[in-house]
Amino acid sequence: MSGMSGVAGEDNIELGADDRRRVRRRSLRLLKTLAGPIRGRLAGTALLVLVSAGARATLPLLVAWAIDSMLPRVIDGDLAALGFVGGAYVATAITAGGLLGVYTWAAANVSQAMLLDLRLRVFRHTQLLSLEFHETYTSGRVISRQTSDLETLRELLDQGISQLVSGIAFVLFTAISMFILDWKTALVVVGAAVPIAIIFRWYQVRSELVYRESRVFSARVITTFVETMTGIRAVKAFRREAAGDEKYTDVAHEYRDNTLRSISLFGILQPVLMLIGNLTVAAVLLVGGFRVLDGSLAVGALIGLLLTAKRVFQPIEAIAMFYNSFQAATAALEKVSGLLEERPTVVEPARPQPLPAAEGAVEFKRAVFGYGDGPVVMEEFDLTIPAGQTVAVVGQTGAGKSTLAKLIARFYDLTAGELTLDGVDLRDLSQDDLRRAVVMVTQEAFLFSGSVADNIALGRPEATREEIVLAARAVGAHEFIESLPEGYDTDVNKRGGRVSAGQRQLISFARAFLADPRVLILDEATSSLDIPSERLVQQALERLLGERTALIIAHRLSTVEIADRVLVVHDGRIVEDGSPSELIAAGGRFTSLHQAWRDSLT
Amino acid sequence: MAHHQRSGRADTRTTTLTETFGRLVPHLRPIMARLVLGGLCALLASVVALTIPRVLGWLVNTVLTGEGAASAVWLGVAIVALLGAFEALLIWLRRVFVISPTAGIETSLRLNLFRHLQQLPVAFHDRWGSGQLLSRSMGDLSLLRRWMAFGSIMLVVSSLTVIAGLAFMFSSSWILALIYLAGAIPITIRAFKFRTVFRDASRLSQDQAGDLATTVEEAVHGIRVIKAFGRGREALDGFHAQAQKLRDTEIHKARTLAGFMALVVALPEVTLGLGLFTGLWLTADGQLLVGDLAAFFATAAFLAGHVEGIGMLLGMTLTTKTALDRHYEVIDSPATITSPDHPRVPENPAGHLVMRDVSFTYPDAPGAANVVDGLDLEVRPGETMALVGGTGSGKSTLLHLVPRLYEATGGAVELDGLDVREYDVEALRTAIAVAFEDSILFSSSVRENVLLGARPQPGRTADDQLAEALDVAQAQFVHDLPDGVETLIGEEGLSLSGGQRQRLALARAIAAKPRLLVLDDPLSALDVRTEEAVTARLRSVLEGTSTLIVAHRPSTVMLADRVALMEHGRIKDVGTHSELLARSAHYRFVIAAGDEPPSVEEVLDTEDTATEGDPA
Ligand SMILES: Nc1ncnc2c1ncn2[C@@H]1O[C@H](COP(=O)(O)OP(=O)(O)OP(=O)(O)O)[C@@H](O)[C@H]1O
Ligand SMILES: Nc1ncnc2c1ncn2[C@@H]1O[C@H](COP(=O)(O)OP(=O)(O)OP(=O)(O)O)[C@@H](O)[C@H]1O
Ligand SMILES: [Mg+2]
Ligand SMILES: [Mg+2]
Repeated sequence: MSGMSGVAGEDNIELGADDRRRVRRRSLRLLKTLAGPIRGRLAGTALLVLVSAGARATLPLLVAWAIDSMLPRVIDGDLAALGFVGGAYVATAITAGGLLGVYTWAAANVSQAMLLDLRLRVFRHTQLLSLEFHETYTSGRVISRQTSDLETLRELLDQGISQLVSGIAFVLFTAISMFILDWKTALVVVGAAVPIAIIFRWYQVRSELVYRESRVFSARVITTFVETMTGIRAVKAFRREAAGDEKYTDVAHEYRDNTLRSISLFGILQPVLMLIGNLTVAAVLLVGGFRVLDGSLAVGALIGLLLTAKRVFQPIEAIAMFYNSFQAATAALEKVSGLLEERPTVVEPARPQPLPAAEGAVEFKRAVFGYGDGPVVMEEFDLTIPAGQTVAVVGQTGAGKSTLAKLIARFYDLTAGELTLDGVDLRDLSQDDLRRAVVMVTQEAFLFSGSVADNIALGRPEATREEIVLAARAVGAHEFIESLPEGYDTDVNKRGGRVSAGQRQLISFARAFLADPRVLILDEATSSLDIPSERLVQQALERLLGERTALIIAHRLSTVEIADRVLVVHDGRIVEDGSPSELIAAGGRFTSLHQAWRDSLT
Repeated sequence: MAHHQRSGRADTRTTTLTETFGRLVPHLRPIMARLVLGGLCALLASVVALTIPRVLGWLVNTVLTGEGAASAVWLGVAIVALLGAFEALLIWLRRVFVISPTAGIETSLRLNLFRHLQQLPVAFHDRWGSGQLLSRSMGDLSLLRRWMAFGSIMLVVSSLTVIAGLAFMFSSSWILALIYLAGAIPITIRAFKFRTVFRDASRLSQDQAGDLATTVEEAVHGIRVIKAFGRGREALDGFHAQAQKLRDTEIHKARTLAGFMALVVALPEVTLGLGLFTGLWLTADGQLLVGDLAAFFATAAFLAGHVEGIGMLLGMTLTTKTALDRHYEVIDSPATITSPDHPRVPENPAGHLVMRDVSFTYPDAPGAANVVDGLDLEVRPGETMALVGGTGSGKSTLLHLVPRLYEATGGAVELDGLDVREYDVEALRTAIAVAFEDSILFSSSVRENVLLGARPQPGRTADDQLAEALDVAQAQFVHDLPDGVETLIGEEGLSLSGGQRQRLALARAIAAKPRLLVLDDPLSALDVRTEEAVTARLRSVLEGTSTLIVAHRPSTVMLADRVALMEHGRIKDVGTHSELLARSAHYRFVIAAGDEPPSVEEVLDTEDTATEGDPA
């Protein structure tokens, strides 16, 4: 198969015929599914456009009619005719204007409905995608899919409907009236379709490439921008401003050159279309002129034909504009649909096995794990954690402790073997059941912008303020939160930058405390705390844990002390397993770790 | 969570259109000639467009009805074809004239914004989400380009066309023209209200779009937490609510525009209806010629498109104005931390840090107690000073003051006898290297991350520097990565383990070879073994390099020659570890706490703790 499924090969611009067809189809299919649910409203809007455009086209006809047939009657003193024609004109004008207003509004409705639909789809889907995906795809790209790519769709939808509908209607209407007037001349005009088709084809091929490139380049600009702003402290501290500038200048110029290319392409299409139109009029004059000469056409008829021929080409420009935005939007949808095509590696089962009240027994059987296609990180192992046990996991950095934890939280699925919760394979559990039962406090204490209370409430959204305060008290975070300018309602700023590292960990911990799961996983949840705060957290833990299952990863002995059992992980294997005192006596790694700890305290 | 947004925007002062667009003038001046030429082309093109039908009529009426020669037909065809080609040429030229200079302005403003953002202090970035900034850099500026290349020119062309058309109408019949013109009065009145409502709506929609981008960014960066708590649905709900708000704003904006456009299209036509009524009557009465009546309406029909265009362009102009306002809001935020005009160079660069009566308050928490409050501290050349203090006591804040990531609000921070504000900022930051407590890594290779701040050193290759830094930080694990030091480490290094990330950040600080090393809790994610190994290697490196290191554990304190105890933004005591253990109850509490602070004997006596198995 092709290398273009999902987001793979996203940055390729020149595609093979198969790939090209595939991504185009994918993109158009997405557009169709977006339009599907609002088909009716789309048609309604199109109808409004038609009627309004028709009314506006009627206005000059009314004037002609007034002068030709009403004026004599008015001269004859028929004042009713005067009132009638004036009234008809005003009524048509109001209809045209009013409907224009309505369809502008209706088009915005339709376009916004489709955009909202797509926004939600993309958001939901990126949230569903597994961590493996996010680790390589980067947030900058997700943002660029969600912002600048969607923007092109919006441009298409906002103007597109009226451009397309009124354009096509006008062309058809005028062309038909030409056939009625004089089919021979009409054939000359139809002949123009050949060069028009050629230039459109030329434009299609080139603009497709340019717009595809444009999406890639704009994503590059966005990614560079976002990463610089996210890491601004390091950028400043390590004086990377100039280097960052240089890189950004490169990508921004690349993007500008591409924009220029795309505009110049359209800048050729538009005048060429106009040229074709004008030359067709000249051709009509040529053919018609000789017919006038040999007497087979009246002079008056020729004037009419010429003006109509000229009019046929007026809306072609609007249609070209539509096509331009269409090309831009399909190129963007190629990318968006690729993202939507990505399948999460960790999937929810179609028919989950219910687990309304978990006990909390975790069991690995012949489990093997490696990240993606990478090397094996956890070699085959068996591990049984009975419900209610508090297990401490220790080991050198990079040994695989977090990996073990993330497996239980089902951030990743095992490469081989089985992992069960209360005898049910994790892969058979619904997301809801799993998250109710298992909660993990990750090594990175991430806070969202929003209030402290909101951040704690993430553990249990329906929690009351009392419960939130209670959780904060339990972990010893209450005092410092109260001392913030607006207490629990203080905004912690983006990524919790408003509070100190230790305070962030306390808030994350309160969050887990509030969630109150059967299985609690703490990945170095106290590493940035001072010793007194760590003590407080440990006391809270001892109270909280009770009959809960807990997996606690820590480098500090004090944390290990509250455990019933210790696992020593080394190089992706569980090398020691037993109660703390057993392991101290065993004379293995844990014994020496313990020794090192003790030494470190002096 | 996610829907709880703040864009950090300042109080937006309402500016007038001329004020806002006036600021563009310096950018526009160099390309003015091309813009004017572009405008002339557009104007000429619309004149040609007007001319062609007339020429056609004239040709048919005179040439064809005259002698009736074939050559006459060919002549006519040639004229029409030439005119047609000329029109197409003008359209093409218009774009050629304006496109590349306006895209140039767009890009230079974009680069300028980026440059400025990099100069703005960290305090600014604390408040602004990257999505919000991004929307100002991308969407807003491309809107500006379109307005410059198309909107502004067409606005001028259409206005001129309408004025010319009006003159033409007056020449046909001044009564009818007056009636037509009367229609402009209610439109103008309406335009004022439209301006306010539409401007506010478009500003709101731009801000909301920026906030939405910020939410997307946060939801991706925080995806681990969202997944860990299974809060995907809540995140989606929050996003949904926010996206819905944006949609509502957009629809409100469209409705405002729709109402105005309906008026702009309908009203002139309604007055034309009245004009038709009057015109017919006048003609019947013999006061007006039929030809003039027809000419008047022909002109009116031609103008209708331009009048509609002006309405649309007015909307576009307002949107561009608010976009530009947003742009200047960021540009106008002052870069407060800059090099002085005459930076000084220290005479004796030894890494001697002195803080005198230093105070600091975060700008978004005015009135609150100082986070750093009249603090004094000295790190002597070559000395390693540990900074110990409780959670939230202000340690990290203090460290940020040294390389001027934040600016002290009171007192003086001096490095080698000069106030840090007297240094060239770049020189200062070259002298100081920081390892942040959250190891900020970039999604590039290990090598690039570690050598981020390294300068070329005589006689040593970059590879040597890299190898040494990795060795000190005990980061040999990188050699086991798929592509060794060239391995891409994923966004924010998240495909590494916590301790691996931290060691890379430490290696980065070491590779910079500074005079003063500032390390914020650099060993917190390391196991005891690795910590020991790092400490041992670090000690030899720190020899001769002044170091300020935040420590939460006794093991880290061991690295230090002296320890400073921090509490409530002040240094409470300075001394060696054992001195402080002996004399400071708070120190014992912070660094070696139990439920009760253990006595010195307990802590010092390793044999005892070993046998009791309770070392804490
Ligand atoms: N997302 C990932 N993709 C690929 N490799 C990974 C990923 N996360 C971790 N690894 C690798 O897997 C190994 C184990 O990492 P893990 O995070 O489990 O270590 P750890 O024991 O938690 O260490 P630490 O104490 O430093 O946090 C490491 O070599 C690491 O580089
Ligand atoms: N950007 C900010 N804006 C406002 N207040 C802040 C900001 N960053 C930190 N603070 C507040 O300043 C105080 C000191 O924070 P700081 O990060 O310096 O503490 P710390 O001593 O490093 O603590 P930790 O040991 O937890 O890292 C805290 O109370 C915190 O809430
Ligand atoms: Mg880990
Ligand atoms: Mg800190």
